[in-house]
Amino acid sequence: MLFLSKKHDWLGNIRGDVLAGTVVALALIPEAIAFSIIAGVDPKVGLYASFCIAVMTAFVGGRPGMISAATGAMALLMVTLVKDHGLQYLLAATLLTGVLQIIAGYLKLGSLMSFVSRSVVTGFVNALAILIFMAQLPELTNVTWHVYAMTVGGLAIIYLFPYLPVVGKTLPSPLICIIALTVIAVYLKLDIRTVGDMGQLPDTLPVFLWPEVPLTLETLKIILPYSLPLAVVGLLESMMTATIVDDLTDTASDKNRECKGQGLANIGAGLLGGMAGCAMIGQSIINIKSGGRGRLSTLCAGVFLLIMVVFLDKWLSMIPMAALVAVMIMVSIGTFSWRSILNLKQHPMSTNIVMIATVVVVVWTHNLAMGVFVGVLLASLFFANKISHFMYVDSKLNEDGNTRTYKVVGQVFFNSADKFVNSFDFKEAVDKVVIDLKRAHFWDISSVSALDKVVIKLRREGADVELIGMNEATTTIIDRFAIHDNPEEIEKIMGGH
Amino acid sequence: MSATQNLVLAGIDGSALTGAVCDYAAWIAQKVDAPLKLLHTIDHHPEHADHTDITGNIGVDSRDHLMDELTQLEQQRSKLRLQQGKQLLQAARERVMQAGILDPITNQRHGSLVESLIELENDLRVLVIGVRGKVHENQPDKIGAKLESIIRSLHKPILVVNAEFKAPERIMLAYDGSQAAEKALDMVATSPLYKGLVCHLVCVSQDEGKGQLLEVAANKLQLAGGIEVIAKKLVGKPELVLSEYQEQKGIDMTVMGAFGHGRIRDWLLGSFTVKMLTHSRIPLLLLR
Repeated sequence: MLFLSKKHDWLGNIRGDVLAGTVVALALIPEAIAFSIIAGVDPKVGLYASFCIAVMTAFVGGRPGMISAATGAMALLMVTLVKDHGLQYLLAATLLTGVLQIIAGYLKLGSLMSFVSRSVVTGFVNALAILIFMAQLPELTNVTWHVYAMTVGGLAIIYLFPYLPVVGKTLPSPLICIIALTVIAVYLKLDIRTVGDMGQLPDTLPVFLWPEVPLTLETLKIILPYSLPLAVVGLLESMMTATIVDDLTDTASDKNRECKGQGLANIGAGLLGGMAGCAMIGQSIINIKSGGRGRLSTLCAGVFLLIMVVFLDKWLSMIPMAALVAVMIMVSIGTFSWRSILNLKQHPMSTNIVMIATVVVVVWTHNLAMGVFVGVLLASLFFANKISHFMYVDSKLNEDGNTRTYKVVGQVFFNSADKFVNSFDFKEAVDKVVIDLKRAHFWDISSVSALDKVVIKLRREGADVELIGMNEATTTIIDRFAIHDNPEEIEKIMGGH
Repeated sequence: MSATQNLVLAGIDGSALTGAVCDYAAWIAQKVDAPLKLLHTIDHHPEHADHTDITGNIGVDSRDHLMDELTQLEQQRSKLRLQQGKQLLQAARERVMQAGILDPITNQRHGSLVESLIELENDLRVLVIGVRGKVHENQPDKIGAKLESIIRSLHKPILVVNAEFKAPERIMLAYDGSQAAEKALDMVATSPLYKGLVCHLVCVSQDEGKGQLLEVAANKLQLAGGIEVIAKKLVGKPELVLSEYQEQKGIDMTVMGAFGHGRIRDWLLGSFTVKMLTHSRIPLLLLR
């Protein structure tokens, strides 16, 4: 299954895919270098990773047209591992990440994405954008004015070049920005930092190598705490990006296959000396915008990237960091959902809190998995709270004043159980109480014990209690867990009084 | 919807054969007294991009803008195609009504024709479709790109139309003793469609034993009644001999079992059904 694809996924859009693949490859180079720098490894680690992940996901991924490579979200998670243990442990952690992701794919965890609400996704992309921007700040502090001037100039080229007549629409503006700033820096012999200062660039094709780490439990203890969040964040961003590409192209993707594909690609990256990666929101949008739709676009992006990098390594090392910073600021601006700020006014408060909490937690911990966890948790709590508002109890006394009928409507569960109990009037002296559950649904043990409490309490006041109209699910859970019709159990409770 | 509607379904796409498809569908619907449905599908090609912008940058809310742009583009195009489809269906409806169908059903669906047909298969009695669609309209030596996958996916009779309508009088049933051929024989014997027609039961084989089988088959068909049976055994390359025989005897419809063999054998040796589809100059009724 993993290697099967439809013919039109590969050949349905050859011209568009090759063109878009080229544009994406050009955009991937500065990103891969920048993300390597964030992770604290040589640029070649990110470039090899981007090549390998892009090429492998082209074949085994579940979403044609999506671009996967070395990413900022993943790079941020490996900083301390690289600092404390070095590159070899990063490669080992990358392998383990891949294995975990493949397991997640076989367990069909991709479907868990349904718990991640829209506001959490918005929080995720906003936090990602902020982190990418913040990662550029070291390049902009304690530097000469030349760097600022070049960064601003670079941004101007990126956004204004497309408005030029004729050439504007035929050449990718980030490429023009990089070429122009490199030429200026070399020509003026400016003493500013370049990509070459940041570490080794690839000069050969990647070679297969097994990470040089001892295969011990000790190693596992070191890498697992990194691999686990890497696997989670990788899958989260990949699933979100897949959904975005699904929406843009109005087609469906295979999310579980994507999980396995990401895993395989990461194993490949680890074995070729690359860092872990995942799908990229910004690059995937650029790909779709440039006319890429099929698997060929992803393959072209990876292959062209490697060809350019291997043949242009001398030139790459001359690129000033300011040019890279300009490109990354563009990525950060493009990733951020600016509309979400306008939407803050219209959206309900709970939605806004979930979105902002996700952003705050991520920016604070530099861990997107934590942010999503908090966001999902908050969203669930808000939901539980909202649903409990839809539980109410009506009551009616019959004509002779001896029988009280309570009609329960809505969802009874842990959050609405207290409200349920408080809706009964235990002080009223009646002979018979009927509790009508026709339009109620009991979800959990808390709700059943609340019902027990009500029934037993009413009985102790001397009333006969009758339950009517339980639906099937409610009957099942009440039969299994309720005790009000079990004399022994009642004895245990009543005996205490 | 009822369990089975027993529809005669005509696939309409506006190509040169659409008129003939309507006529044949009307002919069958009248003979077997079944409702007639005209189907037009709007095939979208999301795997192909029409919109390219290689400026390679992303700015403020690029994703939302891109989404709006793509949606607008596709909306305009889909609206146009919906409109075209409605006109095609209207024209087809008028045509079959003139042929005497009282109340043809028209239906328009999104998605590929194969997909739609698989969904409609349970309600289907027979499908009538042109041998090639719009794409290959002017290439008389080609069969439609989707035809083979349609025939392979459906398990209902399919009439493949490749010429203007001429009410069939003499049909030819290609018989080779195989399971598919026996099934085809049974269907011809029992269906009201073939009553009153002359049926040439033709077997192309070197094998003497096949001659006996052919006689048995001919008797079986004769017993069913209402059909005039002429049995004939020929020798040679089946697709060529059959078309020769068809021209000699003025036969105006071929009936045969389709894709009796597995995909792998067909892939290696070439499928007989595909050869017939390419060579035949008269409509082909494929029984599955």
